[in-house]
Amino acid sequence: MRVCPTEALRVSEGKAHLLENRCIDCGECYRVCPTHAITVEQDDFTQIFSYDHRIALIPSVLLGQFPEDASREQVAQALLNIGFTSIIEVEDSVEYLIVKLNEYLRNNPNKPVISSFCPAIVRLVQVKFPSLVDNIALVRPPLDLTALYIKNSLTAQGVPEDKIGIFYVTPCAAKIVAIRKPEGEEKSEITGIINMDFIYNRILHEVKHGIVPTEGARVISELSPRSHTWALTTGESAHIEGRCLAIDGIWNAIEFLEKVENEEVSGIDFIELRACDESCAGGILNPGNRFLAADAIRKNAGEVGLWNIDGISQKIKDYKERVGSQTGLQPLSPRSMLKLDEDMAHAMLKMKRVNRLMCYLPGIDCGVCGAPTCLSLAEDIVKGRGSVSQCVFLQKIMEQSKLDPSHSFRIMKKIWGVNRFRKDCDKPVSNK
Amino acid sequence: MHFEYRVQGGDFVRAGQASSQVKKILKQLNVASQIIKRIVVALYEGEVNIVAHAFQGKIYVDIETDKVRVVLDDVGPGIPDIEMAMRPGFSTASPIVREMGFGAGMGLPNIKENTDKMKISSVVGVGTRLEFVVNLKE
Repeated sequence: MRVCPTEALRVSEGKAHLLENRCIDCGECYRVCPTHAITVEQDDFTQIFSYDHRIALIPSVLLGQFPEDASREQVAQALLNIGFTSIIEVEDSVEYLIVKLNEYLRNNPNKPVISSFCPAIVRLVQVKFPSLVDNIALVRPPLDLTALYIKNSLTAQGVPEDKIGIFYVTPCAAKIVAIRKPEGEEKSEITGIINMDFIYNRILHEVKHGIVPTEGARVISELSPRSHTWALTTGESAHIEGRCLAIDGIWNAIEFLEKVENEEVSGIDFIELRACDESCAGGILNPGNRFLAADAIRKNAGEVGLWNIDGISQKIKDYKERVGSQTGLQPLSPRSMLKLDEDMAHAMLKMKRVNRLMCYLPGIDCGVCGAPTCLSLAEDIVKGRGSVSQCVFLQKIMEQSKLDPSHSFRIMKKIWGVNRFRKDCDKPVSNK
Repeated sequence: MHFEYRVQGGDFVRAGQASSQVKKILKQLNVASQIIKRIVVALYEGEVNIVAHAFQGKIYVDIETDKVRVVLDDVGPGIPDIEMAMRPGFSTASPIVREMGFGAGMGLPNIKENTDKMKISSVVGVGTRLEFVVNLKE
């Protein structure tokens, strides 16, 4: 509850509940939940067989999960064995994207431009920094561009659109939501999402049994070194013109966006912001360790050797032809979560009530009431979704006059569930 | 609604705290983000002015449904020539302050640009009072 950067979690009836309009899908709660009660919705795997062309879109991070013992070809073979017909890396579009981002920066007066790469960051700006929404680069992220490129290339060869299934193996929850409910585009080009655990287990199983790749087993995309490392911290900022910053970790991003919003920082052209520590290598659905994964990805990039300049410029040309007119995102709209009321006069009354409540609440943010901070409880009360008697401190005071102790007991059971009051040595506890 | 903040002269580490708090309040009151931006930029400039030039100061913010009025009162050296201080690029900031990236001489002009009404009064050797108003409705 307290790790949530937008204070979107509340506990009641013994369970954590999500205030949907505040959630930015960053997955910080998923990371720390002691009972792994939070699950990420995924699509049914067998659906891939409804399509003739079954494309696995894999992030470079997936290849980074197998540090020493799996080759690109083995991973490709394992994916073919599961039932995919071709395998391509998400970062295939990165070289084209670099050209487009630099173009965008040259023509955009809203500095600093904020990268649209990380969907959790895009949502963070929408809900918490609405005045910075216009700073987000209206350029599609690599996932969309690559998917679009595959789709357009196949349809150009005469393949009907309903025969193409593009499936993404995701390291993070935010990208799933970005695919289901996209911001800045009508619909996502991705057909479905494949469980990272499922793929990881399957590949590792095959690798451990010494899978031998056949002739045709390969990842189609041939990435440049900087495409390999795009999803890592400084992956973007190192290749954008001007003064660029790279910031990873959701709290670091919030701290910096505060400064940007106050115009305390100037002269910065581009900020790469990623919700996860170590960027996508730290994605919540990755089974491996983030530092080892980042190291493995850098190693993969190092093994590319000499740049195939002709190949890269050809690829940029191809992308321009196939997706050139569809590179941009539609303007994004703010979704401010902070307002107490639409009407300012009402909001002022509510704020006065919040301030008055804060005089009574203890201000130690214990979380026993089921809200992450005293302030958030006060706001909940004013918004009609909380009550003063949820606070244990105020309960003690009320017990002196009007509150029956057994009533305060019932209130606590209602928030945390009956089980919390049982003598039980196996109670789930946080190990952090 | 009325809010007050204390500002310590010379404390650049904490400069900007009042602006951040006021920004949060205005967001909660559902003020349009473009207007919040103007108020916060003006307030931040004013806050940094106190930190850079004065010994200490107080900020009073009054929020009404149609306007926000801010008064920044400081105890400090005062401004001998206000007209001169209003000129873009003019600054009396000490070299140390300039080294910290402040004192470009754009503070007061920037406040004027972002507000609907602005007034400065100052007594040399006593202090300065800066007042500004930003209208919330066209």
